[in-house]
Amino acid sequence: MRTRTPLSAVTLAALLVLTACGGGGQSSSEKSADATPVKGGNLTFAISVDSGCIDPQQVGNNDALNIGRQLVDSLTVQDLDGKIQPWLAQTWEVSPDAKTFTFHLREGATFSDGTPVDSAAVKANLDGIVALGAKASLGSTYLQGYTGTQTPDAQTAVVTFAQPSAQFLQATSTMSLGLLSVPTTTADPATRCDGSTLVGSGPFTVGSYANGSKTVLKKRTGYDWAPTGAKHQGEAYLDTITYEVVPEASVRTGSLQSKQIDATTGIASQDLPQFDGNGFWTQRRANPGIPYNFFPNESRPIFSDIRVRQAFSKAVDRKTLASILNPGDVAVSSALSASTPLASDDSKDLALDVAGANELLDEAGWVKGADGVRAKDGKKLTVTVTFWQPTTAVLELVQQQERAVGIDLQLKQGTTAETTALQNSGDYDVLFYNLTRSDPDVLRTIFSTETRNVNHRAHSQVDDLLTQQAATTDTAQRAQLVAQASKLLVEEAHSIPLIELSTVIAANEDVHDLQFEGSSRLWFYDAWKQA
Amino acid sequence: MTGYVARRLGQAVVVLWAAYTVTFVILYLLPSDPVEIMLAGGQGGEQSTVDPAQVAALRHEYGLDEPLPVQYVHALWRTLHLDFGSSIQNGAPVTSLIGDALPQTAVLAVSALVIALVLGVGIAFLSTWTRWAWVRTLLLALPPLGVSLPTFWVGLLLIQFFSFRISIFPALGNEGLASLVLPSVTLAVPVSASIAQVLARGLRTALAEPYVETARAKGASRARVHLRHAFRNATIPALTIGGVIVGNLLAGAVVVETVFSRVGIGRLTVTAVNGQDIPLVQGLVLLAATIFVVTNLVVDLLYPVIDPRIRVVGVPRRPRASTKTLVGSVS
Repeated sequence: MRTRTPLSAVTLAALLVLTACGGGGQSSSEKSADATPVKGGNLTFAISVDSGCIDPQQVGNNDALNIGRQLVDSLTVQDLDGKIQPWLAQTWEVSPDAKTFTFHLREGATFSDGTPVDSAAVKANLDGIVALGAKASLGSTYLQGYTGTQTPDAQTAVVTFAQPSAQFLQATSTMSLGLLSVPTTTADPATRCDGSTLVGSGPFTVGSYANGSKTVLKKRTGYDWAPTGAKHQGEAYLDTITYEVVPEASVRTGSLQSKQIDATTGIASQDLPQFDGNGFWTQRRANPGIPYNFFPNESRPIFSDIRVRQAFSKAVDRKTLASILNPGDVAVSSALSASTPLASDDSKDLALDVAGANELLDEAGWVKGADGVRAKDGKKLTVTVTFWQPTTAVLELVQQQERAVGIDLQLKQGTTAETTALQNSGDYDVLFYNLTRSDPDVLRTIFSTETRNVNHRAHSQVDDLLTQQAATTDTAQRAQLVAQASKLLVEEAHSIPLIELSTVIAANEDVHDLQFEGSSRLWFYDAWKQA
Repeated sequence: MTGYVARRLGQAVVVLWAAYTVTFVILYLLPSDPVEIMLAGGQGGEQSTVDPAQVAALRHEYGLDEPLPVQYVHALWRTLHLDFGSSIQNGAPVTSLIGDALPQTAVLAVSALVIALVLGVGIAFLSTWTRWAWVRTLLLALPPLGVSLPTFWVGLLLIQFFSFRISIFPALGNEGLASLVLPSVTLAVPVSASIAQVLARGLRTALAEPYVETARAKGASRARVHLRHAFRNATIPALTIGGVIVGNLLAGAVVVETVFSRVGIGRLTVTAVNGQDIPLVQGLVLLAATIFVVTNLVVDLLYPVIDPRIRVVGVPRRPRASTKTLVGSVS
């Protein structure tokens, strides 16, 4: 029944390099920004998967989040520098213990059913997300420890947590905690997914949704509460946005080239050069959060030895990886991707060091055999990486680089199903994935022994640092704690970052001002189309 | 006759139950958990960091924490009441998901079948009718070629030329007749090839039969012999592959709908399988099994209509063996 295989095989064979996967850096070839925006117009945007749901509070995949972002406004907005700015909340206060967040809402904003965006709506939404539980796969994580919302008056909402939750402020800027009208918060989750009861206060509303094929969003008339940092005020320019689901990569490329679609983020990196100039433009931004990373399982004998992990990391030539994926991209520089707020630069610890790697492995007692693979007590230094994302090309390169120091890296690409199963059972040597989140707290959710503990390791100093940064509202102090934690993660090779994931917009030149928001997802409010 | 049909219906129920049960067992043998896949956002998703307690609560909500036999009995009981449950991925009722997708695939399959019949019958007919050996050789080379071409490759080729290069047809979507042309042609290629292959062989065999000689001797025209006598007999073996053709259409739809970004049963199946969406996969398997069972029943009931010598006299098995002896060596 794995009917997708022949297609994927041909796509991968023909394209060789992975889709939508690149390093950091922000190259731009967008047309002159001085053109005057035109009202009206219908924009067609291709996405590669449809998860069967467009409710931003319920979905976790990038394509669906892109749609949801246009439908809901958030309490705050995160600018591209990572700063949290006003949106539906004009001002806010955070208690020194990072447990109480008081938001003062702007007046006059309404949901598209006419009901006001007030503190009761904030409470209904946060309570609703907690009630959705795991169905709100991102939002429920952001609300861990949520104890409730008080509404002293219609414009004031006081959100409290049982434990410090510094990440919550950034979370309020995400579409995952975007506000829906009060009736929507208690509607059947399935009808929210198909858009029929999905009512937000955003610049667009749901026009129609057809499972697996297309979503049409319509401009909200009378919209007048654009966030700080928007290029204009009032209604959106576009009349409609149509998201077409186009699963085949080569068809997306051809559709853009023949202008059957206006824009997409789903062009394979080796096809991107043909959209630079000659009637098209591209723009790239690294996704904030955890870059594509090796997560060694330290409960395995091989990786319980810090020297082996460090050697594993030192053998990787990250500069080559970046340049091969997306020419012009920079190498990954820390346990956090460079576009993440408070990310530090640990590139010195991530430099290629073959001699150092060999030395460490020699010291650890792994001896090179005739076939170039190291062995100890009759056991080969073979590790298997389990993954499902289309990243085979980059992993094959890493495989060669590891081989050079005598590590035999085996690649095992499985289905999402197989990989998640292995992950949950803990039966793996190395995992490989990324996680998009524009707050450094993402380190805690992945690495802390109190949360996912992806390394299966014992409590150490890193965990204390990660817990402390979650409780610190002073930015400078938090930055220091995050820097210490991420340096430790890299130094002790709990985190072995390889490449940054970039989102790349490719659009035809009639499309203007289609931009990224803080999490490198798209923002269509300012976008307009040449008549 | 009534008894025969009743027995066949009984068999059909057993087939459906078996398909249902086997799917259930296979889906549970897979080393994974549909809830975890859902949380990972399905295809293209990222890692989820949801609290394990909440994951367990969700699993409980879907009844996935019950013992396997209990889940099986529950699911079967519901299915008997034509309640196929809700998709794990998005909570929509399975019946409405399938109901939305089915008409799209039906339109695609029927138009592909019509094209395939015209092509297949045409090739078979011309290859036996022509007196030029080179034309025959050429025509007979087409079916093996048609069967061996990968459907996705044909689709991508057609899309490249007719949509991207000369922009006659759209590359995407389900709207309008124009969007149906390329997908139907793509899907028709392998189907027409199998029809042509079997029909051409049947025609050749039939034309060598003594009754054809008799007809000719009686002064029947070449066209009359070909159409009335040989063609009718050659149809029987072609009809026996009705099930194969339906299978081709369903399997082809998976590829064609993906290449041409169409909604339909094929795409729905891909999503359901990738997401290990058990209720949806089960609904789709039942649908496919029903289509097969019905097709085969219709084919069986058509035999005596086409060839009155074939009698359906309460034989529970398909009279394929007798057919073969009647029309000659059809293998």
